[in-house]
Amino acid sequence: MDKEIVIKVCTGTGGVASGGEKVLSAFQDAIAATGIEATFYEKCTTKKVGCRGFCSKDVLVDILINGEKTTYKHVKVDMVPRIFDEHIVKGNPVAEWTVEDDYYTFHEKQQKVVLSHCGEIDPEDIDAYIAVGGYEAARKAILSMSPEEIVDAVKKSNLRGRGGAGFPTGLKWELGLRIRSDIKFVICNGDEGDPGAFMDRSVMEGDPHSVIEGMIICAKATGSRRGYIYVRAEYPLAVKRLQLAIDMCHKQKFLGKKIFGSDFDFDLSIFQGAGAFVCGEATALMRSIEGKRGMPSPKMWRSAEKGLWDKPTVLNNVETFANIPRIILKGASWYRNLGTERSGGTKVFSITGKVKNTGLVEVPLGVSLRHIIYDIGGGIEGDKTFKAIQTGGPSGGCIPAEHLDIEVDYESLAQVGSIMGSGGMVVLDETSCMVNTAKFFLEFTQEESCGKCTPCRIGTKRMLEILGRITRGKGRDGDIELLEELGRYIRAASLCGLGMTAPNPVLSTLRYFRHEYEAHIKEKRCPAAVCRDLITYTIHEEICKGCGACKKVCPADAIRGTRKTPHKIDQSLCVKCGTCFDACKFKSIMKA
Amino acid sequence: MVTFKIDGQKVTVRKLSTILDAARKLDIPIPTLCHHPALSPFGGCRLCIVEIKGSPKPVTSCTTFARDGMEVKTSSPQLENMRKMTLELLLSDHPTDCMVCERAGDCKLQELAYFYGIKENRFIGERRTYDKKDGNPFIARDMEKCILCGQCVRICDEIQGVGAIDFAYRGLKTKICPPFDKDLNCEFCGQCVAICPTGALTGKMWKQKGRQNFTKIDTICPYCGCGCNITLHVRRNEVMRVSSKPETLNEGWLCPKGRFGYQFISSPDRLTKPLIRTISKEYSASDTWNIPPYPPLAKGGRRGGSDIFREVSWDEAFDYIAERLRDIREKSGPDAIAGLASARCTNEENYLFQKFMRAVIGTNNIDHCARY
Repeated sequence: MDKEIVIKVCTGTGGVASGGEKVLSAFQDAIAATGIEATFYEKCTTKKVGCRGFCSKDVLVDILINGEKTTYKHVKVDMVPRIFDEHIVKGNPVAEWTVEDDYYTFHEKQQKVVLSHCGEIDPEDIDAYIAVGGYEAARKAILSMSPEEIVDAVKKSNLRGRGGAGFPTGLKWELGLRIRSDIKFVICNGDEGDPGAFMDRSVMEGDPHSVIEGMIICAKATGSRRGYIYVRAEYPLAVKRLQLAIDMCHKQKFLGKKIFGSDFDFDLSIFQGAGAFVCGEATALMRSIEGKRGMPSPKMWRSAEKGLWDKPTVLNNVETFANIPRIILKGASWYRNLGTERSGGTKVFSITGKVKNTGLVEVPLGVSLRHIIYDIGGGIEGDKTFKAIQTGGPSGGCIPAEHLDIEVDYESLAQVGSIMGSGGMVVLDETSCMVNTAKFFLEFTQEESCGKCTPCRIGTKRMLEILGRITRGKGRDGDIELLEELGRYIRAASLCGLGMTAPNPVLSTLRYFRHEYEAHIKEKRCPAAVCRDLITYTIHEEICKGCGACKKVCPADAIRGTRKTPHKIDQSLCVKCGTCFDACKFKSIMKA
Repeated sequence: MVTFKIDGQKVTVRKLSTILDAARKLDIPIPTLCHHPALSPFGGCRLCIVEIKGSPKPVTSCTTFARDGMEVKTSSPQLENMRKMTLELLLSDHPTDCMVCERAGDCKLQELAYFYGIKENRFIGERRTYDKKDGNPFIARDMEKCILCGQCVRICDEIQGVGAIDFAYRGLKTKICPPFDKDLNCEFCGQCVAICPTGALTGKMWKQKGRQNFTKIDTICPYCGCGCNITLHVRRNEVMRVSSKPETLNEGWLCPKGRFGYQFISSPDRLTKPLIRTISKEYSASDTWNIPPYPPLAKGGRRGGSDIFREVSWDEAFDYIAERLRDIREKSGPDAIAGLASARCTNEENYLFQKFMRAVIGTNNIDHCARY
């Protein structure tokens, strides 16, 4: 009875998609089948935990024997018996399946505040959260702090809105506190819509109670009795876990009437978004909760004055709320010191694209992009050359290598033509065409435009059409200038943040990679060999062995040649599908 | 009160007035397409942008409250360029068939394109194309001409309280339509038609009946006691269309009857002379109530020549009415008589009618559709 074994299985969305639930039940079955607890008098438990951020290695399983942790990667159900037999029963870890050093460096170089519980505790168990100090901050705030003290702490912490705009959270709460009204609302914005961004999802799935706790504290600070968590319906697991968490809070009297035994009432419910990207914009989000079409409205009033149903409303992002309990418990100055002078604390980024370690990383504000990409991300995949990093999702811009050493915070990213945004980072290497990348992001914003204002609805479409013709080799003289003029106009004239930031990918690539646009237009050439209409496939006569593999796969019958003699591609027939390029074992087909 | 400067002119307006309100007060022109003074601010067209001293970006004057000491500029090369760009973009997604458009000459978009001299468009590209199938008899909806100003949506919701239409879809394909993109099925008040700044919404009844050269005659709607002010668009003694002016007591709003129910004026079915019923020979005099339903219309559509009714002079008609009323009153008492008037009559007419029934006939059996 001296051994305690804990098996932690990742059941975030990434983990579940890789079969996490099955792996978990396989472990549970194995415990039952071997009767390990009875036989060896050992305590053996399984835990489902949230995402640890390293989703490319899912399903990740931690096995703790008396606190000594071994982590396995890519665990499948059929691997479970061997792990169980060799490691848990006999005590010898299966070395070939455990994670390598990069897993540890990935985590060691980070500073986890918001994500500290993700992957460690069971998100479906309130006791697990309470055991790590959960709801202490809310209890402290409700029972022994005045609203002014809370607002003061948040102000001192230098926490700024993690949704992307970076409005000082303390200031927002102060406005909410000062406005007099019979009804006030607290809203948590969990409508994370940027392609490739999943920070908020991980927090909602892996540590839902921290968000709820943050909202309780905000309610106390602003005098609100009603809150909503707006989650997009595409996050079913987050919705389920948040609902479970809310139900458990009701049982514990952390939510509802007279919470924590005080005379303060606060209740929460979840509102599921219907999948519009623009509903991440505050006014559109509130219209959506009101049951109207999610369309941004002009900001004649601040939300803190007139928000949801024209009542004072404090709206913050998931990550912002998740930071709050830590600030209350550990103190504002601790949090402030984590970041830079202008913005305190840490920020979670989701780093994807052509980088070795993709996943979620949390770093203090002020670290360099280089640190994120090379030290944590492990550098560029396939040891290619770094070209640019797109930060802030489709509303952000591409930052080239020359700016890799800037300190990451709201202002410095804006200075180089990008934005912090919600924290998406897409790494691009030499094989990415910047015109095509800009087109990709603009395609997204154009489709997601609500259609209300002219610049965003028609302007982005016209920009997209110009980019389209450039990538098809139909670019004209003056297109670059037209793009710049349109881009600046859309940025200045649009109604909401979606439109104002939509031209960023184009304007930033025009700023740093203008030569690529020029090559497309003037030389009808795509330097990265990505734009299909601008590349030609040719067979290198000296390398070609005449095996005929390319000829066999060519769907257009464009390849001619007899066996064992070099083949040739008939350019008039070639549809540039690239099948031959992939099929050639000798790398004799050139793409340019 | 708030005092600030627009284009160098000092202006004092009530608190919570917008810059646009103040500019209108000074008669400074600011182009708009989505603004309507009676509707909630929208901020969609982005034409009413102005510059405020100290503000990094232009703001829309329709959604910005005036503040003390503000210095506003309504026109500058940069602003005019942006407005021109907005119009170019709107026109790049708009048919150029002004010569056959119902609203030509009365179209805000056309007018602005004229003022900004937009002849060539740098942004020709994909345009929305829609099937123009629409089953209703009143409102023609050509959504290709819609500039999504949202005025129809707001008037339907905020003034009419119906909410029959709203925005749907996203991106360039955004469209205003009834739920599930079905046919329009509302009360057809036509407020949306009246407010539409372009040719997207027009009345089917006045299709190809002419765009200019009407004699406009102000009158009162004959339908109900509200007495809305209407303006008849008349050509060659025929009413082609009905509209209402915003400065009237009904603020320019009309209902389906007032706006679309004017065909009776020149309907061939309309009675122009009194008729006296002459019972056909097959029916005995005691069988008065058992007359057959309306006979089919005689040629030319007039009922005057039927064998049930006989056209008579007003003198004869009045003599007949007086005689019959006196007979019935003498035989069965005044309460055997009842009078039904109409809400279409004026108040004075209805007053006289009830006076006649009560004081002359001596009965309280008097009513009309809107009740006495």
